[in-house]
Amino acid sequence: MSLAIRLRHGFPSTRLEIDFAVPSPGVTVLFGPSGAGKSTTIAVAAGLLRPDACRVEVDGQVLADTDSGVWLPPERRRVGLVFQDARLFPHMSVATNLRFGMRRAPAGPVRFDEVVELLGVRALLTRRPHTLSGGERQRVAIGRALLAQPRLLLMDEPLASLDAARKAEILPYLARLKTALRLPVIYVTHALDEASRLADSMVLIEAGRVLGCGTLPEIAARADLPLAQRDDAGALLLCQVAEHDPGRELTRLEGGGASFWVPLMDAKLRSECRIRIPAREVILASRPPDAISLHNVVPGTVRRIVAQAARRSVVVEIALPSGALLARVTPDAIIRLGLSPGGPVLALIKSTSIEVLGAE
Amino acid sequence: MAARAVGFGLPVAVLTAWVLTRYRFPGRPLLSALVHLPLVLPPVVTGWLLLIIFGIRGPIGSLLHDWFGIRLVFTTAGASLAAGVMAFPVMVRAIRLSLEAADPGLEQAARTLGAGRLDRLFNVTLPLASPGILVGGLVAYATCLGEFGAVITFAANIPGETQTLPLAIYTALQVPGGEAKAAELSLVSITLAVVGLLLSEWIGKRLNTALGR
Repeated sequence: MSLAIRLRHGFPSTRLEIDFAVPSPGVTVLFGPSGAGKSTTIAVAAGLLRPDACRVEVDGQVLADTDSGVWLPPERRRVGLVFQDARLFPHMSVATNLRFGMRRAPAGPVRFDEVVELLGVRALLTRRPHTLSGGERQRVAIGRALLAQPRLLLMDEPLASLDAARKAEILPYLARLKTALRLPVIYVTHALDEASRLADSMVLIEAGRVLGCGTLPEIAARADLPLAQRDDAGALLLCQVAEHDPGRELTRLEGGGASFWVPLMDAKLRSECRIRIPAREVILASRPPDAISLHNVVPGTVRRIVAQAARRSVVVEIALPSGALLARVTPDAIIRLGLSPGGPVLALIKSTSIEVLGAE
Repeated sequence: MAARAVGFGLPVAVLTAWVLTRYRFPGRPLLSALVHLPLVLPPVVTGWLLLIIFGIRGPIGSLLHDWFGIRLVFTTAGASLAAGVMAFPVMVRAIRLSLEAADPGLEQAARTLGAGRLDRLFNVTLPLASPGILVGGLVAYATCLGEFGAVITFAANIPGETQTLPLAIYTALQVPGGEAKAAELSLVSITLAVVGLLLSEWIGKRLNTALGR
């Protein structure tokens, strides 16, 4: 099954040409700077904005297709939308808000009690929206959208208006939803940490067009995309817990066809997790070093070398058996090591600089 | 009389205010002007226009009389109509203000949750505008009680049938020694006005608290 969106729309000052297809179910993150066209894409998918031309297809169902004159209005699309500002109905209790869409939708797989548990809103049911905190409001809004039994869930920067603490409180709920509900989700954000934790697929949008579309590990490790230009650029790998070594207080993860030692984790063997390896933390070498504190010496092949003149640095994309790493080094290091695309290289990564992003 | 005027006028006022805030159409400025006309016209002129339209020989009045046997001129129903027309702009204005203050984003949210046009109007928009509708109704009620010119022109001044408070006060003042009665009635009028204003203030505050504003 898949989710495909294609749209063309001219605003007075910019043009939008978006076209992507991603697997469904799964979380697709639309990532890009403000004004890139992410929210417009969401509005078109929800039916709130009618562009010059578009086609929206979810799991074989065509919701809009200007070529054949199909345009389902929002109220008949069954596409859930979670707004940045929650938009709970102020004249209703939390429970009534949650049931608003449910009462208007055909019976579906999402059950009231399940959502209430999953989002931890049981204690809030009788409260009024204005007495809730920002994070609580957003959780209720997510529940309300889910209970309308959507065939597609859209989330338009749902955490952007929350401070870091509230964000940290709500992210685990989102991660839980991801695994509990088999639903295609489009998640708009310009925060890399949210994207890293939640995305299965990633669509990079800039200035009204799609720069890249693929799985999160694919996109995150592309040295030629603007993501690699960021200070916090880094590769992302889906890993499995391979072994624990309590004596040395280490855990070995396998992912991308390589092994990574990280500080001892509290996770079951064979359970899955994601790791992020920041490009600036990766050291390159042509020979394995000895007498060094480092645990991870990962062999790979140089795939791309992209210079960043403004930063006087170079981003090297290193292919692993199934996946890739990014390393940011100086131009001088490239010359000294004699690196060129296709050549072998060793990536040295400290165990403590690998970010483990919550076990799934 | 006043209750009937507000009772019939309010739904129409809500509908008019909704159309005026939510839709852009060619005749919109004209409709808006028409609604507000009684506010700027001398009340006697409004009463006279009603007489022309709803009189027994008027275009609508003759239809009502011939088909349903309803006569509006010089009756309590007529007084209600005149007072209602005079209070109409007051209601529309109050309701429009509160409709404009209601967040259209909430209607969008309701749409994505499967609510159609009327569903949204009755379950989202109108509850959100309820403070304005209530206050508009109360102020309109007070306006109806105090209507003079349009009522006397269209429905005359028949004690117990079409006589409003100011008409009664005016009549009392025409009679020698009626000053005491006029003062008494004026006091009633003042009391009603003050209570009405306090009540609308209090209800507005309660509703706004319920809406979390």
